[in-house]
Amino acid sequence: MKRHLVSAADLSRDDALLILDTAEELAQLSGRAVKKLPTLRGRTVVNLFFEDSTRTKTSFEVAEKRLSADVINFAAKGSSVSKGESLKDTALTLQAMGADAVVIRHHASGAPARLAQSDWLHGSVINAGDGTHEHPTQALLDAFTLRRHLNPGLGNDLSGRRVTIVGDVLHSRVARSNVLLLNTLGAEVTFVAPPTLLPIGIDNWPCDVSYDLDAALAKTDALMMLRVQRERMNAAFFPTEREYSRRYGMHGGRLAKLPEHAIVMHPGPMVRGMEITAEVADSPRCTAVEQVANGVSIRMAVLYLLLGGATLADAPGTNQSEAAK
Amino acid sequence: MSSYLIRNASILGGPAQDILVAEGTFQQIGTGLTAEADVEIDATGLVALPGLVDLHTHLREPGREDAETVLTGTQAAAKGGYTAVHAMANTFPVADTAGVVEQVWRLGKESGYCDVQPVGAVTVGLEGKKLAELGAMHDSAAGVRVFSDDGKCVDDAVIMRRALEYVKAFDGVVAQHAQEPRLTEGAQMNEGQVSGELGLGGWPAVAEEAIIARDVLLAAHVGSRLHVCHVSTAGSVEIIRWAKAKGWDVTAEVTPHHLLLTDELVRSYDPVYKVNPPLRTAEDVQALRDALADGTIDAVATDHAPHPAEDKDCEWAVAAMGMVGLETALSVVQQAMVDTGLLNWEGVADRMSHRPARIGRLAGHGRPVSVGEPANLVLFDPAYRGTVNPESFATRSRNTPYRGLDLPGRVHATFLRGTATVLAGELVEPGEPA
Repeated sequence: MKRHLVSAADLSRDDALLILDTAEELAQLSGRAVKKLPTLRGRTVVNLFFEDSTRTKTSFEVAEKRLSADVINFAAKGSSVSKGESLKDTALTLQAMGADAVVIRHHASGAPARLAQSDWLHGSVINAGDGTHEHPTQALLDAFTLRRHLNPGLGNDLSGRRVTIVGDVLHSRVARSNVLLLNTLGAEVTFVAPPTLLPIGIDNWPCDVSYDLDAALAKTDALMMLRVQRERMNAAFFPTEREYSRRYGMHGGRLAKLPEHAIVMHPGPMVRGMEITAEVADSPRCTAVEQVANGVSIRMAVLYLLLGGATLADAPGTNQSEAAK
Repeated sequence: MSSYLIRNASILGGPAQDILVAEGTFQQIGTGLTAEADVEIDATGLVALPGLVDLHTHLREPGREDAETVLTGTQAAAKGGYTAVHAMANTFPVADTAGVVEQVWRLGKESGYCDVQPVGAVTVGLEGKKLAELGAMHDSAAGVRVFSDDGKCVDDAVIMRRALEYVKAFDGVVAQHAQEPRLTEGAQMNEGQVSGELGLGGWPAVAEEAIIARDVLLAAHVGSRLHVCHVSTAGSVEIIRWAKAKGWDVTAEVTPHHLLLTDELVRSYDPVYKVNPPLRTAEDVQALRDALADGTIDAVATDHAPHPAEDKDCEWAVAAMGMVGLETALSVVQQAMVDTGLLNWEGVADRMSHRPARIGRLAGHGRPVSVGEPANLVLFDPAYRGTVNPESFATRSRNTPYRGLDLPGRVHATFLRGTATVLAGELVEPGEPA
């Protein structure tokens, strides 16, 4: 596995399965009274969030603490754009403080890639969402959730499972990471969106594209709803919120048209009444809350494998794969 | 003023000849010249071209002397084989008055490395709303004939029409930065396969082509001269080809980087590749090369755009747009056009000296290398092979996309009206005895 996790494309099929399997093992911890492992004791993990994200940040923080890492939350909101400290100087500062890993959320696409490629810092860089580019740990937790429902078992992939991703693909980092990872794991991806919310060049992506949600429902094992920001309406991506909901929103009538085994996923935060009705969001087939719980396990697994591996290999008497299994 | 006897130079790639340079002009040209000269230069294997003329240079002074000054910019120009550059108007303050263009013109005179022809802004403050005093800039000591809001598009069709009409009074030309602003809000790179994957805001080709199409029609309607800056798409080439076929007075330039680089490089997210207009696709690059070869595109113009390190050492989204280019232009053109067989050295002289001088109406530049002409000359070694090292640049900035790349050729010497500005690849202080 690579030293950084910047893109879902960084993961081979074996890497991805190792993460999913490790997360499956680590998930059992959450059922115990004492949820902590000593794996990352003495290692420093920095959460560098340039953008508000209570959910992702909390998820990473819980994962880091369960692995006994020293956690630093570096509030860096808006620093570079507002001509405060540059990303470079922030990175140099973190390097000087001895960060072993930096979890970065940034509004600029490619900011984690810049960090990973630069010589500004030497620790692992984990992309917690960059602009409209990628969000690889979200894709991993989605794959984890999908596998539990559609093909449970260690070592299993998602071969032949049909995942339909609906909504604002153009601006979605979740969609970009998912299409990469789901392909790596053998799933078949269909994007459904109004043409205005699909990127130019999508014909060459490894997925099918449809403008018609109703037509896609019957051929779906899992439906992934993307958040649609109301601001998009003002930029003429679609005429009105109501029209969007009618054409691309998930409601009870559409839920009934899904195959019985199919699940409805949402990366959150949900905009109820926009892309998903309360009826669907609160139905037992919606996995939104389960995805949050799985997020902690996945992030533990990523940190464990990116950071723990080196330490454990160096320490006599310990063995990473043993610990992982 | 020293005299120079240049031995065995290949003028425009032709057979070896000797050139005697004295008193600012070419005194004798022929084989086996016996004339006396202060300095003799062995130019065996070197190609002699008329001094290059750049239609599109950002010298940054006044206002951004941390990026470039007229002195360092003209030194970079001399090292690149240029004897004249057009200094773009987007300085601080903007070159939209006679006072500012005269200041830039005077700084050029003081530098002595290269003639500096200031470009005047089309509109006050480059804001696209009110015509700047174009006549005053023309009548000033700077004698401005090229007007451009470069960096911004004159997007208002009426303002553009009026500017095109107005400058006819003094044989001026409007050089348009073609970029439809609404279609490029938040644009970060070429809109296409790569932008979709990288999640970077797209700058669609149509935003350039729509403006060019409108402008050639406007220029035809009012019978004016239009120059299109930094053409970057295959579609733009088609429109310009069509306009020229109609007989309209339209000229166009292409940058060296658009002749060589593609948007695939943006996958690194390294802002050294961030430029406006953005790097396009391989198909666009090929169309631009073909258009330069067949003359649809008249000139290579560098769009030399220096930026301090901190404006590139950052996230893509906040990085400045632009690349330095004066010192690598001829090498890039050799690689993209000469070594590919698309253009011979005569063609290079035409596209990098004759035609840009004619578009800018620079009387003393872009002249033939023949007896009696002003001795603006570059000696270029096309056999040289080396790796681009920005630390050796004369420009104050280092934002080159060619760092570490192997590019062919090297400027050996440059002469500005008979005075050496570069000898053996190194700058010579003007007036300094060689």
